[in-house]
Amino acid sequence: MSAILDFGLPEVTAVVTLLMLNAYVLTGGADFGGGVWDLFARGPRRGEQRQLIAEAIGPIWEANHVWLVVVVVMLFGAFPPVFSLLGIVLHIPLTAMLVGIVLRGCAFVFRKYGTVRRWERHWGRMFASASLITPVLLGVCVGAVAGGAVGRAAALLPAGPGARAIPSFVQVFVAPWLALFPMVVGILALALFAFLAAVYLTLAAPTAALRHDFRRYAYGAAVVAFGAALGGLLLAPGEASRLGAGLASTAAALALRAAIAVAGLAALLALRSEWWCAARIAAAALVSLILWDWALAQYPYLVPFTLTICEAAAPRITLQLLLGGLAGGSLLVIPALAYLFRTFSGSGAARADVRRAGS
Amino acid sequence: MSDLLAARLQMAWSLGFHIVFAAIGVALPVMMVIAEWRWQRTRDPVFLELAKRWAKGSAILFAVGAVSGTALSFELGLLWPRFMALAGPLIGVPFSLEGLGFFTEAIFLGVYLYGWERISPRMHLIAGAAVAISAAAGTVFVIMVNAWMNTPLGFTVANGKLIAIDPIRAMGSAAALPQALHMLLAAYASTGLAVAGMHAWLLRRDARSRFHRYALAVALCVGAPAALLQPLSGDLSARLVARTQPVKLAALEGQFQTTRGAPLRIGGLPDATARETRWAIEIPRGLSLLAFHDPDAEVMGLDAFPEKDWPPVAVVHVAFQLMIVLGSAMAAVSAWAGWVAWRRHTLAGHRSLLLALAVVTPFGFVATQAGWAVTEVGRQPWVVQGLLRTADAVTVMPHLWAPFSVFGLLYLGLAAVVAVLIAGLVREGATSGPLG
Ligand code: HDD
Ligand code: HEM
Ligand code: HEM
Repeated sequence: MSAILDFGLPEVTAVVTLLMLNAYVLTGGADFGGGVWDLFARGPRRGEQRQLIAEAIGPIWEANHVWLVVVVVMLFGAFPPVFSLLGIVLHIPLTAMLVGIVLRGCAFVFRKYGTVRRWERHWGRMFASASLITPVLLGVCVGAVAGGAVGRAAALLPAGPGARAIPSFVQVFVAPWLALFPMVVGILALALFAFLAAVYLTLAAPTAALRHDFRRYAYGAAVVAFGAALGGLLLAPGEASRLGAGLASTAAALALRAAIAVAGLAALLALRSEWWCAARIAAAALVSLILWDWALAQYPYLVPFTLTICEAAAPRITLQLLLGGLAGGSLLVIPALAYLFRTFSGSGAARADVRRAGS
Repeated sequence: MSDLLAARLQMAWSLGFHIVFAAIGVALPVMMVIAEWRWQRTRDPVFLELAKRWAKGSAILFAVGAVSGTALSFELGLLWPRFMALAGPLIGVPFSLEGLGFFTEAIFLGVYLYGWERISPRMHLIAGAAVAISAAAGTVFVIMVNAWMNTPLGFTVANGKLIAIDPIRAMGSAAALPQALHMLLAAYASTGLAVAGMHAWLLRRDARSRFHRYALAVALCVGAPAALLQPLSGDLSARLVARTQPVKLAALEGQFQTTRGAPLRIGGLPDATARETRWAIEIPRGLSLLAFHDPDAEVMGLDAFPEKDWPPVAVVHVAFQLMIVLGSAMAAVSAWAGWVAWRRHTLAGHRSLLLALAVVTPFGFVATQAGWAVTEVGRQPWVVQGLLRTADAVTVMPHLWAPFSVFGLLYLGLAAVVAVLIAGLVREGATSGPLG
């Protein structure tokens, strides 16, 4: 317990970075989830469903996406050895993820603003499939770190500035992420993003029929997420050996697990009772808690069991400036974000859009 | 292809792609805001139509700029992990401020593009102005990073690590101000003159179109002053390079021998093995005069430095000449347009001027690429001047031709699609009905 309370500037910076990642998951993650439902839209109302998705993410996805950029910048500014290690070992999945990010964003605007009608269907499909693949890759990268595989690969890297010899390409650049545990975490990330999107869309939907469509999708995603989470927990002791053990023993960790269960049940209950707003809050809480559970599990490591927060942290002055800059910047960004969301979210706005589009 | 070469090419290709959309992202919002402001003042619907057309194009261009920028921030770690591990604590601070700038930009961009009917006209105009201002601010911060790579300061080196770092000082490196100014002007000049050129071309076919006349006027208001100032700002940059990066200056001038009263070379091709620059027109004492404002000043040639510290001289020299030729042409056409506008109050009927404007359409973007080649290739073999060599910064990941090919094809495809879609928008504008 005392270790957890022993918080210094590096730990605070790590928590703030995780808050940024949390913001990305709840906003940008849900935008990817929306793309997933564009792909899986079924039934007589699939046109309306796709329309609602596009209207909901159109104005906000670029802003939501910047959270990821902020996380990256925090990582290389505050914890440079971590960024550098991830860039080396996870080169392949990160590159694939970037391709997904680029294609998703481009296909989305090409579909909406393109002048070539004939291409529109292809952009739609590209937008949807990139939305499916990118979250999996993000989860795979997280799984490779959490499972300790990246940390193990780090030991195989050449030391010293001139050294370039790699013992085995596969062991260093492929095996850490192309394994069962990272894949399960990838599926979990995808299912959680899709769950968030479906729950958010129940609130934004203009008609009861659409709300129920998205509720069905939310149930589907919840089942997959539950399966993946269970699989992850079962695999974790094997693959992420010290994670499970260290975790279950602390009271905080147990409380966190309990909170996750409560949030999950609350989200499902709220969906069933058609308390759409409560469902949104519970779903966001659920996903956030899962993220913090991961963080607590590998505390005090950023990359288990190679780099701790303290070992990786940049000098104090950098951390102070980064945190100060973020604090100052959020005085500007948070009200602006609130204004953006107020202007565009809310069922009223979406309903007006669907009406306009339908007429 | 060696891994180092592949990494350099991937970086250059990704940055060269991003910078086009980034420059448009800086300048186009200014033009949209001017058009919308004119509409609010005059209630002339042509201005509103113009603002909306530009907004439609910018939605595509900004999205490509945003995702390619995101890719870049990862690529710094994917390709140059040792650079990031070394310099991260110093350059992370300006990068985080850049992030905040682009955050604000993306937020107000959403408000602007989707808010036409949702918010008051006043708020809409303010949102547009916020996009323009935050894009410019973000650019200044990211240029501070690049300037630091050219003129690093704010640290002491011990055991291959940077200690006693001072990120605030590092943001104010000697090159920061001249480079930021030059890049901002480049963005306004390139985008302004490119848009002006397209509408000038369409005006030659239909001189009565008010849509194209207004578009030309607004675009020139942004592009022409910037293009006129750019040679002055370039002179500032060149003198800074002369003071702080003598090897780069020698390379960009093709100056092999250290000389007093060095000549300015126009054109020519440096031959690094023969150590001479052939076929150049030489203006006696020109370089000493321009670089140090003293016709007898000594200019260090490449011979003053070990050959292993030379950048690829021919590339740098040719790129520099290209930038200057294009920049001079842009400034000349801008001056001409200003003169005609002053004397005649309208450009629409002046067919030779319209032709000249149409010809310079791509010049700004080509000059921007050339200028970056001067800055980045001219800094080789260093990533961080005098501190870290590019060869020591590159990742240990082998087979880097593979990711380079992936990004090569990806951006090539995207560039082609964007070109077709934007051409479609311009055509739509050219043929659309009552307002046209
Ligand atoms: C519209 C584009 C454009 C135009 C017309 C010019 N430039 Fe430029 N130049 C750039 C766009 C650019 C740039 C944006 O690409 C660079 C790269 C780095 C920078 O800060 O600006 C640049 C860099 C750059 C550098 C290198 C700075 C460094 O390495 O630190 C010099 C010496 C000049 N320029 C000089 C000039 C001169 C004398 C010009 C006279 C006409 C000129 N430029 C026109
Ligand atoms: C001279 C160089 C650069 C300039 C002038 C520049 C400018 C810009 C501008 C104006 C945008 C907004 C794009 C738009 O909305 O159209 C942008 C986006 C972005 N740039 Fe660059 N950039 C430069 C280099 C870089 C570099 C080297 C990086 C990476 C490290 C980078 C990272 C980003 C990121 C992450 C975004 C996305 C922000 C968003 O999602 O809206 N940029 N850049
Ligand atoms: C402002 C932000 C920028 C940053 C932080 C930046 C950073 C870098 C880095 C880290 C490298 C690799 C190491 C090296 O070769 O020195 C590089 C190379 C390069 N960059 Fe930049 N760059 C910036 C802007 C640009 C822009 C906008 C362009 C092009 C339009 C550009 C063109 C190049 C080229 C051509 C190379 C390869 C140089 C060579 O290896 O010969 N850079 N840059």
